[in-house]
Amino acid sequence: MAEFRMPSLGADMEAGTVIQWLIKPGDAVKRGDIIAVVDTEKADIEVEVFEAGVIESIVVPEGRKVPVGEVLALLQTEGAPVARAQPQVTAPPKIAPPAPSPPPSPRVEMPPRVEMPPRVEMPPKKPSIPAAHRPRVSPLAMRVALDLGMNLSTVKGTGPDGAITKADVERAAKVAAAPPAVTPPAPPAPAVEATKLARTARPAAGLEERQAAMRRVIASAMARSKREVPHYYLGTHIDMSRAMTWLQTENLKRPVTERLLYSVLLLKAVAMAIHQFPEMNGFWSDGAFKPSIAVHLGVAISLRGGGLIAPALHDVDKKTLSEIMANLRDLVNRVRAGVLRSSEIADATITVTSLGEQGVETVYGVIYAPQVALIGFGNLAERPWAANGMVGARPVIAATLSADHRVSDGHRGGRFLATLDRLLQEPEKL
Amino acid sequence: MNEEEIKTIVVQQLRQIAPEIDVSQIDFAIDLREQVDFDSMDILNLVVAIHEATGVEIPEADYPQMVSLDGCIRYLRSRLK
Repeated sequence: MAEFRMPSLGADMEAGTVIQWLIKPGDAVKRGDIIAVVDTEKADIEVEVFEAGVIESIVVPEGRKVPVGEVLALLQTEGAPVARAQPQVTAPPKIAPPAPSPPPSPRVEMPPRVEMPPRVEMPPKKPSIPAAHRPRVSPLAMRVALDLGMNLSTVKGTGPDGAITKADVERAAKVAAAPPAVTPPAPPAPAVEATKLARTARPAAGLEERQAAMRRVIASAMARSKREVPHYYLGTHIDMSRAMTWLQTENLKRPVTERLLYSVLLLKAVAMAIHQFPEMNGFWSDGAFKPSIAVHLGVAISLRGGGLIAPALHDVDKKTLSEIMANLRDLVNRVRAGVLRSSEIADATITVTSLGEQGVETVYGVIYAPQVALIGFGNLAERPWAANGMVGARPVIAATLSADHRVSDGHRGGRFLATLDRLLQEPEKL
Repeated sequence: MNEEEIKTIVVQQLRQIAPEIDVSQIDFAIDLREQVDFDSMDILNLVVAIHEATGVEIPEADYPQMVSLDGCIRYLRSRLK
């Protein structure tokens, strides 16, 4: 029997609420299956299970908030009773203790697992949650339904494969809200209006409370970082003319769906530079630096309602630019929709923040402890640039490094930025 | 395709890529990056969605014309003639 516990989804998380179970007792699951959606006050996270087995029972019902480490469900593992004898330290990261350090990356540090017997000998009672069999309700729709007090069984889905979307919930809410006389005598409005009405009908306290909760989480993590991490800051300007020329030529060859954003070049260059500067990549825990071999870049993504989340792009150093672009697009879209996976939220080894084209020239970031470095990029803009005795206008970006002085020094940090610069001068090699 | 049909398509694509935005509050003339905090990824998503809905090829050099809804409508009108 194995215990599936409330995971630590980031160093700043203390508790979470199970907002949806995607499995029921008797369901077979395999490693990596998404079995629950957990609200961490920053986002709704799809939580993966790290052991194969059959769900024995659900301990914590939907809607209840519990601390990190609390048993959420019991799992009958195929390896039978040995699971209980396993000491805590070798347990996979799903039962991460509520310690300040994030769980180790499941990809690189999973304890070796005994090969399981093939599944055929035990026909599963139910296929193990392929995506197509998951309940067809988007977590965002679920949240809106909760906020509105809607019963989802009364909502008709119009999304892909009949999935219930946020718009469906809001439409249904409007229909439900229509009969009472208190409803303003709005004319039967097009869908656009329905959305607006449903939005104003939503209890404002829910949204405000959620934003306040996110502020508290950010406040706590940032205050801890500034209190405990001795930051040092370095900055340099990088001439992006070669990178941008290369990118334009490359994008001309690509169909619109395959085109790259320049931020993908920046991410790949950071990941490659890290190879030469392992002291920027990993965690400070228990008074010592624990470097990470895997390069998981946390990408700070701002939310339109305010606040930000920095989920991880995995193994960026090993991926092609096209793969990074596809991953980034998928991640940004899911952040905006409020749906992330547990492995993404917990295991970034270094963070990259970019304030985008509309932003300012320079950002001096706060390290997301227990990580030990953060790379910041300001806006990419044409600026005067002196070269070969001439001043000309070139696309230039300001890169900064915020790093933990307990782990590295300014000299190495400076060389890191110089390496980043050099890599961006040879975009064709990225 | 007339002006109204183009407008409907553009609005549909915006709602698809950013369902949290209240389209009725959008000023069609104003840059979406200033108005609703769009970033380059959002603009790219909008361009891809419009391309997929209409079949119109939109080279990267034309992206700057696609940053407001009016801009998108104007661009499609000139290409769909």
